[in-house]
Amino acid sequence: MSVKGLGHADGATKIVLRGRKVVGGCAEGEAIVTQDTISGWGGINERDGTIIERRHELRGRSFKDKVLVFPGAKGSSGWSAYFHMARLNGVAPRAMVFNKMTTKIALGAVVTRAPAMTDLDQDPLRVIETGDWVKVDADNGIVEIFKRPPEASG
Amino acid sequence: MKLTDHEKSMLDGEQGRAKARAMDLLLRYGEALGAERLVETNNVAGAFNASTPSVRELAKRGFDAVYSELNLDSPEIVEVPRMAANTCQLITGIDNERWRIQGIPDDLADQQKQAEAYFGRRGINMFATCTPYQVGNVPVKGEHCAWMESSAVVYCNSVLGARTNTEGKESTGAAALTGRIPYWGYHITENRRGTHLVEVEIDVDDIMDWGLLGYYLGEIVDDEIPVLTGRCHQPSLIKLKHFGAAAASSGGVEMYHIPEVTPEARSLEEAFGGNAIKDTLQYGAAERRIAYENLNCATDRNVDFVMLGCPHNSIDQVSLIASLLEGRKISLNTQLWVHTPRALREVADRNGYTSIIGEAGGVVMSDTCPAISRHMPRGTKVVATDSAKQAHYLPAITGVSAWFGSVGDCIEAALTGRWNGGLP
Repeated sequence: MSVKGLGHADGATKIVLRGRKVVGGCAEGEAIVTQDTISGWGGINERDGTIIERRHELRGRSFKDKVLVFPGAKGSSGWSAYFHMARLNGVAPRAMVFNKMTTKIALGAVVTRAPAMTDLDQDPLRVIETGDWVKVDADNGIVEIFKRPPEASG
Repeated sequence: MKLTDHEKSMLDGEQGRAKARAMDLLLRYGEALGAERLVETNNVAGAFNASTPSVRELAKRGFDAVYSELNLDSPEIVEVPRMAANTCQLITGIDNERWRIQGIPDDLADQQKQAEAYFGRRGINMFATCTPYQVGNVPVKGEHCAWMESSAVVYCNSVLGARTNTEGKESTGAAALTGRIPYWGYHITENRRGTHLVEVEIDVDDIMDWGLLGYYLGEIVDDEIPVLTGRCHQPSLIKLKHFGAAAASSGGVEMYHIPEVTPEARSLEEAFGGNAIKDTLQYGAAERRIAYENLNCATDRNVDFVMLGCPHNSIDQVSLIASLLEGRKISLNTQLWVHTPRALREVADRNGYTSIIGEAGGVVMSDTCPAISRHMPRGTKVVATDSAKQAHYLPAITGVSAWFGSVGDCIEAALTGRWNGGLP
């Protein structure tokens, strides 16, 4: 991951989005992007950070230490409790970027205690791809995206 | 956010550290939402249980530590005072009497009972069910609530006309201590109006029909507000309990309207309240088939385990199950668990339903369900259930495969050990 992190300094394409802070702070990491909404309870394994929902685009993939980019939350009210436990277990995402505000995701982001943003000026689900390096500077309302070079391996 | 003097004094710690921490969480949460203020609530339904293995380590430091971390997101351990608002406990992971049948270790069951005693004395009423509206917590129209449990939230908003967002473990923990919750979302009248018109083109009458309709709609409308018209027959508590639970599982439905049935939709016009209709959906035989096939992921017709009671069964459902089982024995290859709130199990005991189900080889359980507890009979690979919610979640959570059908299909599976259900 650190190799890709250095990669962005070498003239990789940089895109800047502006939006609203949900949870303050600044963090960066590799993006994991899904077009599917995410369930907390019954949708993630809080011990390893993997998505477990049947028929989910990311089933079997983990958001641990990644910047999670997704449309929003759905399902059970255990959303916050499961992301909360993922944090206590050390497998939470480093940051979150999402489109649709709900109580589940607001509370979930707050208790995950990771920088989180929404209401971006472009759709992050179209601009950010899995594998891009993303810096979420929630305090300043900025998301910086360093596109993964095409030749980089997955 | 704008705070009242009382709220400021709680935040500043003038009313104790627990309330200060609760206000800190509500402030962070309200700002994340973009809420302008808090609203008073005196009806909180949350999860204060210590019934999961991940709570074990925290519980060693005492139940104040459990509440501080998991119900307040507080790094500081605060002493939990008596709840400020009327508060009840939702479903837990452990049946306090039948935990051994669930396969729960004794020490975890002890921890759960100690937690109940600790929080019970502090004013958390131990309903221990996902359906508080079945056992005495029936909010009235317009009442501001702070409820967890997606199936209860959608019932509270839609059927009762009370007002709650889908709250979480931490926000209900804070609301219980302060009597406050962010004024946002479904607390505000304009946000409660219909968005999608649903034209129901086939008869929706029995519980299974309502479950399939809910499961289909949730996936399409996500967390928007459907308005049902067409061939929906007069529903009941049981049918709407299943419908809402299904719609809140495949999507995030927290509110719906059925004109002339639900309280904020005396007419189709009132259901939309001037909102433009975003989309019109048809629900016919093809849509029902899609929902059915999405729910039925099993291929093996040998059924190991039959689960009935998600959301928790009403006493009428337990009565029906007992009548279907009376004088019969379930298959030696199959186990049957019937879930109902503990207050209703008392009634089932007195009516003799618990005995009839027991004599047939089934078990009446309370306080929990397999999806919450993650416990099923040992070796279960194939489950049959009449609950769209359970059929949705159990495969994801536990890796089993599931059949979904009517209560009759499920009882048949329990008696024969084979799945013979299907779409009528």
